[in-house]
Amino acid sequence: MNINLTLIAQAMSFAILIWFTVKFVWPPLLAAIENRQKTIADGLAAGERGKHDLEMAAKRSAEIIREAKEKAAEIIGNAEKRGTEIVEAEKAKAKVEGDRIITGAQAEIEQEVFRAREQLRTQVSAIALAGAGKILGREIDAKAHNDLLEKLVAEI
Amino acid sequence: MSTEHELTPSSYITHHLTFNTQSVGGGFWTLNVDTLVVSGLLGLITFGLLWWIVRGATAGVPTKRQACVELLVEFVDSQVKGIFHGNRHAFVAPTALTVFVWVLMMNAMDFLPVDIMAWVYEHVFGLEHWRAVPTSDINATFALALSVWMLMIFFSIKVKGLGGWIHELFCAPFGGHPLVWPANFLFNLIEYVSKPLSHALRLFGNMYAGEIIFLLLGMWAATGLAGTIFGALLGAGWAIFHILIVVLQAFIFMMLTVVYIAMAHESH
Repeated sequence: MNINLTLIAQAMSFAILIWFTVKFVWPPLLAAIENRQKTIADGLAAGERGKHDLEMAAKRSAEIIREAKEKAAEIIGNAEKRGTEIVEAEKAKAKVEGDRIITGAQAEIEQEVFRAREQLRTQVSAIALAGAGKILGREIDAKAHNDLLEKLVAEI
Repeated sequence: MSTEHELTPSSYITHHLTFNTQSVGGGFWTLNVDTLVVSGLLGLITFGLLWWIVRGATAGVPTKRQACVELLVEFVDSQVKGIFHGNRHAFVAPTALTVFVWVLMMNAMDFLPVDIMAWVYEHVFGLEHWRAVPTSDINATFALALSVWMLMIFFSIKVKGLGGWIHELFCAPFGGHPLVWPANFLFNLIEYVSKPLSHALRLFGNMYAGEIIFLLLGMWAATGLAGTIFGALLGAGWAIFHILIVVLQAFIFMMLTVVYIAMAHESH
């Protein structure tokens, strides 16, 4: 069990092995491991981001749907209002038209009444003349008494 | 086993515990060829394999072998992370990985059955003496421990400056009063001596003891039928228990390496 030159030779091979490991074994593997860790971390971060984006999109779509519903309700409301307006306007128009027709009819009626009255008056005067003629027993000079008869007719 | 020698318990154990040495000048200038070749081959194969896998490492879905290496690296890295607070990737963590993997592989040589391997070494490779477990050679464990020790001093000086390091030698842990300088220095001296000693001897002692117990059980197995049965059973038991020791000692060696280097980075 002697200490001899082996010690120094062994220490030298130890030094070579340390150098070799420090230089060639450790760094590539460490780089690979660290790269993988980074890739995994990036992947997790991307997943997290995707989840967040999805949440945002869901929120946004809910918002859009809500807005669309509101707008639809508004449009329906407007349409109902407009419909009512149109109906009212038409009603008014119809009323005006009806009134106009009624007025026209009344005027016609009045005209008709007037005409009938005129006719009646003329006939009445003729009858009166004929009656008077018969009563007097003689022919009344129609021309001589025309003024008088006219006056009489106007009084009826 | 060399059959030409007379087989006694002491010759059996001595045979198994003799290094294959190569003298390059006698005395200290001797190389334990077995320790160097086995540890060198293990380093070459293990770290070559790691390098081959890591070279094709992808940041995407890893292959099974890459996942396996990543598991190992992350295990070491998490240990270092808990102890060393600095840029561990620059030096400390890869060093910890080197220590853990290499010591684990060297310890694992203990799983090879001693007598079958002795026969193989002798009759296949023509080697009379060959010790396959480098960590049961005190030179190997001291080589690692002293390297760590020197790294410790290097980082101490690098972080605190030469003046800061010397200041700490005299002014910690008892304070800066000149009267306690000798006490501080003595304290630090003991610490600096005991650290590599305990570091190296803990690993060496465990692996050496493990090897000895295998040899003793092997010896018992040669004494008759009962010995063979008990030797085989206990040998299996000890081998299973040894799986724990091999990994545990490699882990402890790595943790102490990290702790010592981390302590060197901290100022008192």
